[in-house]
Amino acid sequence: MEVEKQHIINQDESVISIKGLYKSFNDLEVLKGVDFNLFKGENVAVLGKSGIGKSVLIKIIAGLLNPDRGEVFVLNKQVDKLDRKELDELRLQIGFSFQNSALYDSMNVYHNLSFPLTMNVRNLSKKAVDKAVEEVLEAVGLKEKIKQMPSELSGGQRKRIGIARTLILKPRIMLYDEPTSGLDPITSAEIIELINEVQQKYNTSSVIITHDLTCAKNTGNRIAMMSDGRFLKIGNFEEVFNSEDEQIKGFFNYNFIQ
Amino acid sequence: MPGYSVKKYVFSKGLDEYFTGVQKAYGFTALFFKEVFKRPFHLREVINQCFEVGIRSLALISLTGFIVGIVFTKQSRPSLEEFGATSWLPSLIGIAIIKALGPLITALICAGKVGSSIGAELGSMKVTEQIEAMEVSAINPYKYLVVTRVVATTITVPLLALYCSFVGLYGSYLNVHSEETSSIFSFYQNAFSTITFTDLFTSVTKSVIYGFTIGIVGTYKGFHATQGTRGVGKAANQAVVLAMFLIFIEEVIIVQVANWIRYF
Repeated sequence: MEVEKQHIINQDESVISIKGLYKSFNDLEVLKGVDFNLFKGENVAVLGKSGIGKSVLIKIIAGLLNPDRGEVFVLNKQVDKLDRKELDELRLQIGFSFQNSALYDSMNVYHNLSFPLTMNVRNLSKKAVDKAVEEVLEAVGLKEKIKQMPSELSGGQRKRIGIARTLILKPRIMLYDEPTSGLDPITSAEIIELINEVQQKYNTSSVIITHDLTCAKNTGNRIAMMSDGRFLKIGNFEEVFNSEDEQIKGFFNYNFIQ
Repeated sequence: MPGYSVKKYVFSKGLDEYFTGVQKAYGFTALFFKEVFKRPFHLREVINQCFEVGIRSLALISLTGFIVGIVFTKQSRPSLEEFGATSWLPSLIGIAIIKALGPLITALICAGKVGSSIGAELGSMKVTEQIEAMEVSAINPYKYLVVTRVVATTITVPLLALYCSFVGLYGSYLNVHSEETSSIFSFYQNAFSTITFTDLFTSVTKSVIYGFTIGIVGTYKGFHATQGTRGVGKAANQAVVLAMFLIFIEEVIIVQVANWIRYF
């Protein structure tokens, strides 16, 4: 599946800028000097094996984890230097789609979607909330699921609702953690299409964490190949695919054999 | 001596983990007092949680309180009969139930029913990243999940304890009434005749502290759950065990303090 990516990317404006990022957990060093830029309007797919720190990277970007060393600027604000209020203000502009969707399982779809809105925007009328919920449900194509509980949804539907929940706050940056993992090829293709639609319709810049080559190729304007705690190569798909680096070659060969 | 050094390492690591845990628990509790007076107050969620706590435990508390009232009266009667002092029965039952049994039984039942449920609920939210999802949506999960639940248990447990005492006294009255004719009014009047304001105040204060303990332990264990579904079960279990343990310790301390206050 080849999705045509016609989108204006402003290479003069960085929405995420990371310099010399290090992060370790006890004795395990996960990120070892990551440098990275995400431009306005751009989708970057971060490719790499499982367990090499891809998710840690976006959790640091969202302020869920603090870096040991290095600088992380999101929309020109240094994430680890912000206080709670400033961080919350920044987070309103970041949408985070979790690997397992992380839907609130005690709430139905309507409340899952309206919850972030009503908690962040005071004195919003019921009509305005309903309209916003309907709008995002329409964007992800699941309008008829409004009254269902998360447990009644399929994996793909859960991912879509998870994305809808982030869209309701109209974010400028989207962070997708393994958006196609655990999904069949057809549902994966639908999610890929949705990611591209979100980029077009909501004018977002996105980081897509994945180990799925199809997802990376079809969503990323650039691909960032990660291994051993740092980026080995960042470029368009062909540049990364044709790289002479043994680790990159190994990753691609293994995936094609699979 | 590799065996010795490994043992030493395990011991020091255990000690380190223990003190880190104590510091974390202290920080978690201190944060409650910082956040509870800050806006937003999430009143609707507090009311929801009060309702949940009440509904979850009401049937069991009614039954247990009632049975305790009957059994305690039945067991006390022969001893008092030996001295010809059965007329003291309502006062004795009143002291026992209002001052000690009512709050303690309620707290233990709530620790089991409510504490485990809070621990499991938050633990499950933690391991499925729902708490992180709140965080990235600019919602303070501590404020929304912890503060509301702790406030709810702190309000509801004393109310349930008072209710438990009344049900216990009613059970006792039915037992007394089956042996000798007496009116419910005079029974309650006699039961409360030896209860002072300090007793009632101590009893309510005790329940407030128990309610706070159940809430804070349940939320702490749930909030720090790890290791997937196994961690959820562990969080629920530890929430009950630790809350019950702390309730007994608090009971001993509060009784001592109340006695000192009475003497001075």
